[in-house]
Amino acid sequence: MAEKLSAETPPNAPAPRVFLRSIVPVAIVFAFAFAVQLAIPSGTYSEKILFDIGVNVILAVSLNIVNGLTGQFSIGHAGFMALGAYGSIVVTYYGGYALFGDVLRHDTVAGYSLYVASMIVGGLTACLAGYIVGLPSLRLRGDYLAIVTLGFGEIIRVLLQATPAVLYPSEMQEVPGISRIFHLGGALGFSHGQSYNSLGFTWGAVAITLLIAYRLRESTHGRAFLSVRENEIAAEAIGVNTTRYKVNAFVLAAFFAGVAGSLFAHQLGAGTASRPEEFNFMRSFEIVIMVVLGGMGSISGAALAATTLTLLTEVLREVQDYRLIAYSLLLIIMMIVRPKGMLGTREIWHLFRSRRSTVNNRRSTFTGEGA
Amino acid sequence: MSSFLQFLFKGISVGSLYALIALGYTMVYGILQFINFAHSDVFMLGAFFSYRLAVKLDWLTPSPIQATALLLMAMAMCAITGFLIERLAYRPLRHAPRLNVLITAIGVSLFIENTGQLIFGKNVIGVRSLPQLPEHVFHIAGIPVRAVEVIAVVTAVALMIGLQALVFGTKIGRGMRAVAIDHNIAGLMGIPVDRIISFTFIIGSALAAAAGLLVALTYGQIKQPADASWVLYGLKAFVAAVIGGIGNLPGAMLGGLLLGLSEQFVAGYLSTTFRDAIAFGLLILILLVRPSGLLGKRVVEKV
Repeated sequence: MAEKLSAETPPNAPAPRVFLRSIVPVAIVFAFAFAVQLAIPSGTYSEKILFDIGVNVILAVSLNIVNGLTGQFSIGHAGFMALGAYGSIVVTYYGGYALFGDVLRHDTVAGYSLYVASMIVGGLTACLAGYIVGLPSLRLRGDYLAIVTLGFGEIIRVLLQATPAVLYPSEMQEVPGISRIFHLGGALGFSHGQSYNSLGFTWGAVAITLLIAYRLRESTHGRAFLSVRENEIAAEAIGVNTTRYKVNAFVLAAFFAGVAGSLFAHQLGAGTASRPEEFNFMRSFEIVIMVVLGGMGSISGAALAATTLTLLTEVLREVQDYRLIAYSLLLIIMMIVRPKGMLGTREIWHLFRSRRSTVNNRRSTFTGEGA
Repeated sequence: MSSFLQFLFKGISVGSLYALIALGYTMVYGILQFINFAHSDVFMLGAFFSYRLAVKLDWLTPSPIQATALLLMAMAMCAITGFLIERLAYRPLRHAPRLNVLITAIGVSLFIENTGQLIFGKNVIGVRSLPQLPEHVFHIAGIPVRAVEVIAVVTAVALMIGLQALVFGTKIGRGMRAVAIDHNIAGLMGIPVDRIISFTFIIGSALAAAAGLLVALTYGQIKQPADASWVLYGLKAFVAAVIGGIGNLPGAMLGGLLLGLSEQFVAGYLSTTFRDAIAFGLLILILLVRPSGLLGKRVVEKV
């Protein structure tokens, strides 16, 4: 609905309305996150599932910015998630030690502010990596990009596995200040993190991701992304700096993957590790499957597929061995029978609208071909 | 000096196996322009098929003739698998966007891995239960080299020479080259494009099967089908193909050797931890400096 408004509001709309339009969604986001936090007691099974869903939705929706909106093909999203996870846990662990003098969880405003800051640091770490990887490789053709992103994710994993053990507070003095951040626990993982996360943070991040992805697509930048997807040469010819927009999409998606990693790293807390193995290419593939099944380019489709597949994983836990067989068959059959995914480039609410005459429907008929 | 030679020999033997797998990737990429992610699984199947055959026929200490027969049977079975993959999953998508084919390839890969997991079980098959080759040790320039490694290099080189002869000396090879240059024109010239593509998959899969058996013998174990190391091995082979210039057969061999050597030298002189990162580091480097690969031709994107 908001998107329809933005399409029809004249550019010189009165200031109060513009202000309202930008503040209302944010207010709804916070109210929503607060409600989720209150509604679900922590430590329950439903909390775990809702957390998994939240993280997967963020990952799928952010990957959709690259794969769906911009038409590139990244299959190394877990690498960015790993960077976010480690980047943020370094802030809450070593940063927390620098601030508070211990590595415990601080249930204070300062503690949670540190957590929020760590999420941003995690996101920015991933962003930076996205920029470094994206700038050279986005000049290349689609499948080279795929293999580079995949390789990048693996490099991150290998490098993380080579890091020395996490420092205990008693050992902190032996290692001077900033070089502590390289003590990431190696293959065993960063096992001393604190569980700062809760459903409020998770779903707040989900809502912000959805909001930004959505607003982005309706903006000038979003149109540029779509134009790169539809026809790169034509986009270039009308003055769209395609490389820049591809890098932008890549960096933005990396940021949200980093945030998802931060949530992941702070969910379980001390004793449970976020190991480099968690972020191998299988996880990247899972995210890709979500985006593809949902429909490349459909934000609600990606979110829906992420939710469905996460729930399916839980339901099919009994028949674990057959789950991935079913997934992969679904993927192959989907590609042959319905190559655009469940929703194609449409959104869920377009399904309930009459087919004729709306701007969105007309657009979706034009945006058929993915590559 | 002796350790240098040791890394060199080891690098050549690992590299020739990479090259053998890389050939399958490069042929498919040359003709269909997509990364056949399922290739690493055909390679995995090669190891399992030959192991199961050896158990079934009770050839766990095969004579040279039996070993060759084992190799050929595994190659034939994987060739059939490759044919079926192409026929059932890729051919319906011949005119679909490349992205869809790539995703299907990932789907096929996951499917084979997890079905294999059901069929072959989840255990690592250790060195004792594998077909035993004579544990003879050669001495080349004073360096001990295991017989398995020599056999691997010899088999790989023989197969590569055979492939080269096939592609450049036969009618069907000419067809393959024509289809690689342009599908449509090749079709207009009366070349049966679909049959050529099937044939390419058959050849590539057979080579991968040989590599699978040789890798299993070299490392003395077969990991479970869904183990990430299979895919990683396959991806490294793809990187080798890109390094040499994708779509170029001698390039794939050169890339495989280069990758095998650099991995062994890095693992030997620096640290084994970084061995898995070498391939992808090389990939990014080569794509920055010379995106068409060492032996590849520069491709101009056409409108």
